Amino acid sequence: MKIILNIWRQKNPSSPGKLVRYVLPSVSEHMSFLEMLDVLNEDLMQKGDDPVTFEHDCREGICGSCGIMIDGVAHGPLPGTTVCQLHMRHFKDGDELVLEPWRAKAFPVLKDLMVDRSAFDRIIQAGGYISVNTGSAPDANAIPVPKPDAERAMDAAACIGCGACVAACPNASASLFTAAKVSHLGLLPQGQPERPQRVISMVNSMNAELFGSCTNIGECEAVCPKRIPIETIALMHRDYLKACWSFRPESTASQGAG
Amino acid sequence: MRLESKTPSGPIEQRWDRAKFDMKLVNPANKRKYTVIVVGTGLAGGSAAATLAELGYNVLNFTFHDSPRRAHSIAAQGGINAAKNYQNDGDSIYRLFYDTVKGGDFRARESNVYRLAQISVDIIDQCVAQGVPFAREYGGVLANRSFGGAQVSRTFYARGQTGQQLLLGAYSALERQVAAGRVKMFPRTEMLDLIVINGRARGIVTRNVVTGKIETFLADAVVLGTGGYGNVFYLSTNAKLSNCTAIWRAYKRGATLANPCFTQIHPTCIPVSGEYQSKLTLMSESLRNDGRIWVPLDKSDKRSPDQIPESHRDYFLERRYPSFGNLVPRDVASRAAKAVCDEGRGVGETGLGVYLDFADAIKRLGAPVIRERYGNLFEMYERITGEDPYKVPMRIFPAIHYTMGGLWVDYELMSNIPGLFVIGEANFSDHGANRLGASALMQGLADGYFVIPYTMGNYLANSNLEKVDSSHQSCREAIEHVTTTNNRLLSIKGKRTVDSFHRELGKLLWDHCGMARNPDGLNKALQRIPELRDEFWRNVNVLGENEEVNQALEKAGRVADFLEFGELMCLDALERNESCGGHFREDWRTPEGEAMRDDVNFTHVAAWEHQGPGKKPLRHAEPLNFEYVHPTQRSYK
Repeated sequence: MKIILNIWRQKNPSSPGKLVRYVLPSVSEHMSFLEMLDVLNEDLMQKGDDPVTFEHDCREGICGSCGIMIDGVAHGPLPGTTVCQLHMRHFKDGDELVLEPWRAKAFPVLKDLMVDRSAFDRIIQAGGYISVNTGSAPDANAIPVPKPDAERAMDAAACIGCGACVAACPNASASLFTAAKVSHLGLLPQGQPERPQRVISMVNSMNAELFGSCTNIGECEAVCPKRIPIETIALMHRDYLKACWSFRPESTASQGAG
Repeated sequence: MRLESKTPSGPIEQRWDRAKFDMKLVNPANKRKYTVIVVGTGLAGGSAAATLAELGYNVLNFTFHDSPRRAHSIAAQGGINAAKNYQNDGDSIYRLFYDTVKGGDFRARESNVYRLAQISVDIIDQCVAQGVPFAREYGGVLANRSFGGAQVSRTFYARGQTGQQLLLGAYSALERQVAAGRVKMFPRTEMLDLIVINGRARGIVTRNVVTGKIETFLADAVVLGTGGYGNVFYLSTNAKLSNCTAIWRAYKRGATLANPCFTQIHPTCIPVSGEYQSKLTLMSESLRNDGRIWVPLDKSDKRSPDQIPESHRDYFLERRYPSFGNLVPRDVASRAAKAVCDEGRGVGETGLGVYLDFADAIKRLGAPVIRERYGNLFEMYERITGEDPYKVPMRIFPAIHYTMGGLWVDYELMSNIPGLFVIGEANFSDHGANRLGASALMQGLADGYFVIPYTMGNYLANSNLEKVDSSHQSCREAIEHVTTTNNRLLSIKGKRTVDSFHRELGKLLWDHCGMARNPDGLNKALQRIPELRDEFWRNVNVLGENEEVNQALEKAGRVADFLEFGELMCLDALERNESCGGHFREDWRTPEGEAMRDDVNFTHVAAWEHQGPGKKPLRHAEPLNFEYVHPTQRSYK
């Protein structure tokens, strides 16, 4: 089938970008979307043109590297699917599509469809962990975890950090990403000791990275390839509120001790 | 060169404890005076970097990805083994050790494997404490499942995303150390050479993949956790960017490379559909717990699978291996699938496929149970093929999945270059000629969390390392070398794309050094690869420049290395005149068609030493001793 692509081309962060039109005359319906771009790139290189830069790695929907806006929808039209797992059988002969990078102030474009998502790593650095050094763990079955809690934690932990939630959000909020980690750890007994300071510091970090705020629009949940539920954001807000009342930072808490 | 394995003596169950006691320690205040480079952020590299930093070392951690969380460990599906015996089904450290030595077809070091089995139990404890959401029973305790090559249930899992959850655990530990300032993270920075000064590994040369900047980093020791070389075959289940560049460039600086011909074919992958295919997708081996593998009895039977009655089906694994059935190890399952396809009984358009059928399991357990166990895998299958595995059997075919070979390391995971440590899939150490399912995650984390933190201290405490800086001759020479190579790639401006060379190399290796090998084919490949390599350096087309994001340039460097590595792999396969594990030589099989080892001549590790461009590498042998598990022909009947 014939597919027409209008792809955002931008040489580097400082130069302006523009949409460039490419016609692909023979696309197989069995191809993945990225395999179609591979074919386009081979063709461009044969002609001496600069290939389209896009990020990808596992092509199994789990590494979180890939991500493109297809006609304004993060990862394209198929729900619960990363663009690497999207196959061309979901498109029609003659379709004309617009491909753009994630658009958010916190995700600057590096080249073409490739953006800088390092802000996500910094949010995790702010508290997306349980502080346990290697070697100090008790037996794995010492603390039972109710199956429903483990399942809910797993639902949230499935986040692949692709950034689609930010790209889809009109506010460019990273709430779903942050809430997924806050919920994953907050739902497990192992995550309780640091629960208040974790949520405060991760939310503060999210704000400092210039992501927008959540206004309950729900676009994030709609495009999330791992179907992270939006209720995690409610959980995060509740934890944040609770932590703001109850949590005393260590420096104040320790004053007068001893 | 003598390859000193440094394997401790004494009863096997005491060796690791004794080795740990005998190791020199670095006192806490002195640890911060040492800097360690860790390349890679997967299960091995990430856990090593985090743990070394927790101990107090300064760690410089490198990944060519945009984030450490993207490492390919993330794609592991099925699970991680541990000898916890929570199921009370007869498991023990000794049994995991036994299964792994046997599963590896008696080509691994016993001491290493025993240590791995011992450490396995600590890994699960550590991961649970980090918040890894493993599957649980209703009582709140951990759930297990069984995996190929084992008759006990010792595999811990997190749905079909175990690798992801374990990696995110290591990643969170790592980011905690980044926040603490003890790990300095260098994302989007690719290692392109190793710096060896006075015989010791002291640093690396890197290229920043955004700016193109080429620079050196120096340290007291270098750890490579850079994964395997499965992508030498072009089509594999590895992520697209996985490559052998780090280990290959270390090899060219003098590190020996062991058993490169030990490659693993995974039996359950989605079959190839067309020329444009960019990679193969694995369907977790755990599916073989409930799925039954079959082909039509008669090769002319082209009915749709639901129309073929039981009596006209051949459940060939259950027939040939009644006691393990569909759970035979990967190499055995793959060869059996190839055999029925060679007979013309393969299914699907290409005839290169067998059915993996869940109809019985759905009848027995109900669709909801199957959905809970394998839901995401079934979804993935449907997304790729457009077929619903709840209704029609999956079609699967073997594909390259894992590489047991890698840089040679001693018991302390140090290569023959002092100060160069190699961990995870990048080394050759624990799986012998075949890896059992759910053991890669175990090994990566064992190396990173529990082995390297001890052995690194021992190396540093025993070494008197002089100060070095980037003006050293070796640094300047290495930078010069990397810069020249990149400029050369950019200046050829030929007619063929990098991928076209990679695809041709992959096809050649799959045909002659894949699931079955013979001297004729290997000789053909050994003749063709240098020709292809020559053409590459004359006719490859790499556009753009070094000082920008240039994915074609990155790929060209990796494919240039694959074009050299592939030759060594074929050479190793040709000189190992036996069949063992993943290395199956058609001229070495039993009358029933099973792999036939030659224990008299090949109970050893083959470690190859680079002799310079155009010269045949030197083959060294490290003999293997089996004191506990005595080599027998592996039988899963």
